[in-house]
Amino acid sequence: MENSELNFYNTDGRYKGIFSWILSTDHKRIGLLYLTAMFSFFLVAVTLGLLMRLELIAPGETIMTAPVYNAVFTVHGVIMIFLFIIPGIPAGLGNFFLPLQIGAQDVAFPRINLMSWWFYMSGAMVILISLFTGGGAPDTGWTFYVPYSLKTGTNVTLAVFGVFLLGISSTMTGINFVTTIHRLRAPGMKWFRMPLFSWALYATGWVQILATPVLGLTLLLLILERLFNIGLFDPSRGGDPLLFEHLFWIYSHPAVYIMILPAMGVVSEIIPVFARRTIFGYKMIAFSSIAIAFVGYLVWGHHMFTSGMSDISRIVFSFLTFIVAVPSGIKVFNWVSSMYKGSIDLKSPLLFTVAFIFLFSIGGITGLVNGALATNIHVHGTYFIVAHFHYTMFGGTAFAFFAALHYWFPKMFGRMYRERLAKTACIFLFIGFNVLYFPMFILGWEGMPRRYYDYLPEFQSLQVISTIGSWILVAGIVIMFYNLIRSVFRGEKAGNNPWGGSTLEWTTSSPPPAENFEEVPVVTGGPYRFR
Amino acid sequence: MNNNAKSSGRTAIYIATWICLLALTALTVTVAGMNLGKYGALTSVLIASVKASLILLFFMHLKYETLLLKAMLLGTIATIAVIIGLTFFDVGIRY
Repeated sequence: MENSELNFYNTDGRYKGIFSWILSTDHKRIGLLYLTAMFSFFLVAVTLGLLMRLELIAPGETIMTAPVYNAVFTVHGVIMIFLFIIPGIPAGLGNFFLPLQIGAQDVAFPRINLMSWWFYMSGAMVILISLFTGGGAPDTGWTFYVPYSLKTGTNVTLAVFGVFLLGISSTMTGINFVTTIHRLRAPGMKWFRMPLFSWALYATGWVQILATPVLGLTLLLLILERLFNIGLFDPSRGGDPLLFEHLFWIYSHPAVYIMILPAMGVVSEIIPVFARRTIFGYKMIAFSSIAIAFVGYLVWGHHMFTSGMSDISRIVFSFLTFIVAVPSGIKVFNWVSSMYKGSIDLKSPLLFTVAFIFLFSIGGITGLVNGALATNIHVHGTYFIVAHFHYTMFGGTAFAFFAALHYWFPKMFGRMYRERLAKTACIFLFIGFNVLYFPMFILGWEGMPRRYYDYLPEFQSLQVISTIGSWILVAGIVIMFYNLIRSVFRGEKAGNNPWGGSTLEWTTSSPPPAENFEEVPVVTGGPYRFR
Repeated sequence: MNNNAKSSGRTAIYIATWICLLALTALTVTVAGMNLGKYGALTSVLIASVKASLILLFFMHLKYETLLLKAMLLGTIATIAVIIGLTFFDVGIRY
C-alpha cells in the first residue's frame, strides 16, 4: 500500500496490529476508519435500495411483503442518512485532510476524535442490534414521525438510541474541526488563505455543534414518550405531534447542509486544479458557505407545509427557503465561471465534479418547486420529493464524495487507480442515476405517493425504467469500488503531487508522514495559485 | 494584582454569584406560586436566563475571556433564540 519511505502507515504508534488502528489518535487513521466503516454501511444500504427497486418493478407483491418493505425503506434511509452521508465527507475526508490543508500536525482534540469514531461505531452497532431484537426493524421511515413511531411495535426505541449516539459523534467532530481551524492554522495561514474545503468544514462544524444536540434531545424525548407515555407528542395525551416535527426538522434540515457543504468544498478544490485556473470569487464562495449554514437553520418549516402549520409560518418559511437558494446559486455560478477559459483536463475527479454540478443544479432547482407553497401542496409526500432529495444528496453529496475520493486517493494511499476504469464507473453512475431517479419526478408529479408498497398499473412503465436504472447505477458502484480497492494494493505508485495541486496537502509526501509535514509549513499566499 | 489577591477576589465573586443564584431560585419558586397566566412561563425563562448568564460569566470565566469566545457564545445563543422563536411563533398563531 505504501511507498518505501516513512509514512503514517509504517510509523509505529503505541499499539500494534488492529489496535494501531482502532486505538489510534492519528487523524489520518481515524479518517480511514470512518471511510471503511461508512462505505461498508453504504454498500448494505445500496443493497436494500436495490431490493426496494426490485420489489417495485411490478404492482403487488414481487419479492417481499408490505411490512418487510416498510422496514427495508426505513433501514435504507437510516443507514444512508445517519451512517453514511451525515458523517460522510467531514468525518472521513475532513478528518484526513483538514489538518493537512491548514498545515497542522493533527486536529485540536485527537482523543475526542477517536472517541467520536467509537461513538459512531457504537451507534451503528446499536442500530444493527435493533433490527433483530424486540419487535424487529423499525418501520417508521428515517424521520421517526409521531404518533406512529409511538404506537408501532417495532424496535424504534433502540434504533433511536443508536441515532442519539451517532449525534454525539457528529457533535464531537464539529467541535474538533471548529477548534482546529481557530487554533492550529500554520504560520501565515490567514482566514482568507484557507482552502475552500476547510472553509466548508468550518461552516459545517458550526452546524454540527448547534443543530445536532436538538436532535439528541428530541430523540431522547421520543424514547421517554414511548417508555413512560408522558404526553409530549401524543395528541391523545395532550401532546403535540407538530412539536416533534418542528424539533426533528430543526436538526434535520441543517443536517442537509452538514451533508452538502463539505461536498461544495470538495468541488471548490477540484475545479481550480483541473481547470488550471484560480477559483472565481474565492471570498464569495467562502462567505456563501457561512450564509448557507446560517440561513439553513431557518428553513426547516418547509418540511411541514402540509402538516397543519399556521399560514403565516408557512409563508415565512417559504420565503426563507427561497433565500437559501441565493448562496447556493452563487457557488454554482462561481464554479462554472472558474472553468470558463480554463485549460480543462477532464480527469475522473473533474468528471465526477461536473456530474455533481449538473445533478445538484437539478436537485436545487426542484427544491424551489418544493419550497413554493402552491406547488408544494401538489408534490408533498410524492415521488417528486424522493427524486429531489436523491438529486441533492446522491447526485450532489455522494458524487462529490466520489470526486473527492478520486482526487485525494493518491495522497491517501500513495498509489494511483486506473483512470479509464474510473471514468467508466462515473459514466455508468451518471446514466444509472438519471434513469433511476428522473422518472420519479414524473411519477411524483402524476401523484405516486412516496413510501407506498403498491401502485396503480399506469405507473408501472416508469417504475420499470427506474428499476433498470438501479441496475446500471449499481454496476457503476461495483466498477468504482473494484477499481479503488484494487488500486489500494496494486495501483501504480503515485507521486507527491500528481495533479499539480497548490494547497498544502500536496506539498507533503504521499502518503503523508505521521506528523504530516517534515517541517511546519509557512504560508505566504492564497490556496489556488493558477493563472 | 498578584495571584493570591486575584484568587481571593475571585472567591468573593464566586460566593456573591452563588448567593445571587440561590436568591433567583427562591424567586423562581415564589413566581411559580403566583398565578401569572401565560406570563408565568416567560417569567421563569427570564429568571433562568439570568441565572445561566451568571454561571457563564463568573463560574465559567466568560467575563475574562477574549471577544472571539464571547462572540461565539452569543452567536450560538442568538441562533437558538431565533429557532425557539420561530417554533413558538407557529404554535402561538396556529389556532
